[in-house]
Amino acid sequence: MQLPEPRGPVSAELTDLLAGLPGADSAAQAALLSLVAKTVRLADDILSDDDLQFALFCLYELHYGGLDGVDDAWEWEPGLIAVRRLLEAPFEQALRSAALVAAGPASANSERVAAEGNPDSDAVADMLFALAAQDGGPSLSRYVAKKATVEQLAEFLIHKSVYQLKEADPHTWAIPRLAGRPKAALVEIQADEYGGGRPHRMHSALFARTMEGLGLDTRYGSYADVVPAMALASVNMMSLFGLQRRLRGAITGHLAIYEMTSSRPNHLYARGFRRHGFGSDVTEYFDEHVEADAVHEQIAGRDLAGGLAEAEPHLLEDILFGATAALAIDARLTAHIVEAWEDGRSSLRTSLPAAA
Amino acid sequence: MDHETKTSDPSSVVLCPDGPILIRGDFEIVTPSGDPVPRQRTTVALCRCGASAIKPYCDGSHKLINFRTDA
Repeated sequence: MQLPEPRGPVSAELTDLLAGLPGADSAAQAALLSLVAKTVRLADDILSDDDLQFALFCLYELHYGGLDGVDDAWEWEPGLIAVRRLLEAPFEQALRSAALVAAGPASANSERVAAEGNPDSDAVADMLFALAAQDGGPSLSRYVAKKATVEQLAEFLIHKSVYQLKEADPHTWAIPRLAGRPKAALVEIQADEYGGGRPHRMHSALFARTMEGLGLDTRYGSYADVVPAMALASVNMMSLFGLQRRLRGAITGHLAIYEMTSSRPNHLYARGFRRHGFGSDVTEYFDEHVEADAVHEQIAGRDLAGGLAEAEPHLLEDILFGATAALAIDARLTAHIVEAWEDGRSSLRTSLPAAA
Repeated sequence: MDHETKTSDPSSVVLCPDGPILIRGDFEIVTPSGDPVPRQRTTVALCRCGASAIKPYCDGSHKLINFRTDA
């Protein structure tokens, strides 16, 4: 993706550094490290901090499709990994705090499952389904179904595009960290996400067709500049969970809850686009998810998350963490978008550049 | 591998508690007259609660109607 515009001092120094070659300017690298150390200490809320979420987003992007004009060797440059670690520690801490709040009444149920010692996969699936069911707060899908204007539908796609144009990639990192039943489950889900061998059926490709139908730019990251910090935090969370073996419980819990809170909302999203006269080229992405995620939620809850908890019971807590963190971040992003729309404002940071 | 034990795996049908019927393996879904039912994926979830809007497939509606399989 194109290197986006910096959002503050940290991302400005980072993008300057990335324009050069790894190791070429060790003074600048050291300066960035101390700036990050100072900035994270002073940050009020790292989850909604534009500069820090944006820097983390760029650092993670080096592990995915890369950044245009940036040397791929930066991916494993130790100094840059050190910067990433400095950002990740408080980010994970903030996610853990947010997750505790989001767990709500279902946490008693999960404590019971955990206390029983060796959780079985059905009990873990039950626990996750219960967590998904208690999801309250404002509903983006109901707003999209009933009230959203065409401009708001475009904004909705733009928020989603920072993840959906690389849909499934962060969870794929977990495959080699798993074994046996949870591994087979994850591969089965991911194969479906990637179109079952048919490139045009890849969920990221379906999403690109939906964006095309609204005249949007389908290149990955082309809207990274306009989405709020919380939209980046939502993708950064998946990268954090996916890229660390230590957090393999969290990435499976994340995927399970994501699938469990998907079929119904996607049904409503499709309705919102049909309401404005969009055809199946635009709604296919949502229609596909109604059916696919009703399959995936069963496999992700029981075989992936449940199977992992059976194999490694000590990971149950992190499975729950991944699931509740996903709900918490989603709730904050939803609140941001719905509040803006109800006030008649754009939910994006800056207005969109005029359509080409 | 020993040739005598190398048999093809049978299809499996998973009865998901309070949920759909998951089928994976080599199978065909047909109408009563034998016409194939359109299908996009290898493993499918078939509606068991009757509330799905995309029957024969599951759309997660069992969760909304509080469908229970143990009663």
